[in-house]
Amino acid sequence: MNTNATTMTKIKPRKNWLVMFIHKLGSPPWFYNFSGKLIPWLWATFAALTIWGLYLGLYVAPADYQQGESVRIMYLHVPAAWMSMMIYGLMAVMSFIALVWRIRMMEILMMSSAPIGAAFTIIALASGSLWGRPTWGTYWVWDARLTSELVLLFLYLGVIGLHNAIDEPRKAARAACLLALVGAVNLPIIHYSVKWWNTLHQGSSISLTGGSSIDTSMLWPLLIMAVAAKFYYGANLLTRARIKLLEQDMRKGWVKNVVKEQTS
Amino acid sequence: MNHAPFIWAAYAVGAVVLLWCGLAPLVRKNTIRRDIRRLIQLEEVERDSHA
Amino acid sequence: MTIEASIDAGGAASTGIEAGAGSMNKAFFALLRRDLLLAFRRRTELLFPVIFLLVVISLFPLGIGPSPQLLARIAPGVIWIAALLATVISLDGLFRSDFEDGTLEQFVLSGHPLTLIALAKIVAHWLVAGLPLVLLSPLLAIWMNLPLDSLGVMIVTLALGTPILSLIGSIGVGLTISLKRGGQLLSLLVFPLYVPILIIATAAVMAASDGLPYTAFLGLLVAGLITSLTLAPFAAAAALKISLS
Repeated sequence: MNTNATTMTKIKPRKNWLVMFIHKLGSPPWFYNFSGKLIPWLWATFAALTIWGLYLGLYVAPADYQQGESVRIMYLHVPAAWMSMMIYGLMAVMSFIALVWRIRMMEILMMSSAPIGAAFTIIALASGSLWGRPTWGTYWVWDARLTSELVLLFLYLGVIGLHNAIDEPRKAARAACLLALVGAVNLPIIHYSVKWWNTLHQGSSISLTGGSSIDTSMLWPLLIMAVAAKFYYGANLLTRARIKLLEQDMRKGWVKNVVKEQTS
Repeated sequence: MNHAPFIWAAYAVGAVVLLWCGLAPLVRKNTIRRDIRRLIQLEEVERDSHA
Repeated sequence: MTIEASIDAGGAASTGIEAGAGSMNKAFFALLRRDLLLAFRRRTELLFPVIFLLVVISLFPLGIGPSPQLLARIAPGVIWIAALLATVISLDGLFRSDFEDGTLEQFVLSGHPLTLIALAKIVAHWLVAGLPLVLLSPLLAIWMNLPLDSLGVMIVTLALGTPILSLIGSIGVGLTISLKRGGQLLSLLVFPLYVPILIIATAAVMAASDGLPYTAFLGLLVAGLITSLTLAPFAAAAALKISLS
């Protein structure tokens, strides 16, 4: 009797807290509850940062010496491109964890990330195209970044398409995870081969952002928008994950309790 | 060339895509909530009929 | 059951190989032999990818105009794109008939590693669908007015590249095999993965026709072949396991 009490008191409280937190996240009702409280804060931070970033980028920051006003598209295009790649990287990590440890929560988070990543990729492509018209004279240019983004969009659409094509949800998630992993392994190869292809065929590679370092007055709005985009991802991801959970656990008790509480 | 329309167009595309991406799941959520409520009602009817 | 009996039965049962020590080589070659025999049974079907390739290549001069200089400039890309398309079309048959009649599940149950089974089928697929592309390439080169001094490099890129296409494609096939419209989704899945191969192979051929050094590109293709030969069968086996579950 005494030994049990002494072993319990030997556990360090801090380590216990983190492990318990991660365990709790794997439990659907706890995750649903916790994320529901977090989401409004994420949206609020996103809104605040976006307003601040747009104010700095569209009003305060100067026009570019070479490109003129069109450089302001950079504050949208570059964060979107960064997000499109970061989300795919996160999807790959989540896929690995989901496949190896068979954690359903990871599968749900991974699949919820895919449409958000695709959205950012589309924004990067569209804004890049609109940036190219006043800068280079054409709406589409097969430069290294835009071409890489296009291939990345196809990778996203493939993962989403494969997931939608399979009926059984966990089988669909596992197939999509494997595809995302295979895509992630290929992604650096694709990225470098496209970069190389671009230098092979065009001589000097022209980059929209230019090789020179960025002025601080332009760097600040860029970084603020980049952080804002991450908060958008967080808020949207949790929203989508909660809805997927409701859908998958429709017949379970905790879902019915949640809906009953919400309608009362 | 006036750059302004391109800048506005780019940010408009960004806004539309992000709005759609943010709102689409909420539409789905309403459908699911409706289905769950229907399930709860069916359950209660069954329970009452057995009681 | 012996291999011959299983082939008479349409390949629906096991090929008579029991799992055991030292039998992995035997299993591999038995399966390879079985797949090749099955493919040669329907010899006319072997010609479909070949005919498709010839038709697609012919469409380019018809659509772009017969100017020899123009054709020569686009020849490496066109030939390689046609090879990509022909491979994707023939890939669907890689696992499908075995999946549909249950033979694939028998293979999984036989106790032999699924990786080995996948590799044997991929090799069979390349011999039946990829090798003809390599052998046909001189004809395609003449049609597209490819400069003859780059023909050798073209053949080498196809010989190195088409196995990579089969290997990487098999992963996509494994993932889509249980779907009804799997073939259409398959192209979307594998084309992004094919992009590096296309870029490097065509770069090699274009460098050769410009008289520039091309061995670095061929080296990359060799590296790609070795990497996919070692990694792709595992991924394809994992994909098949998910599809069969």
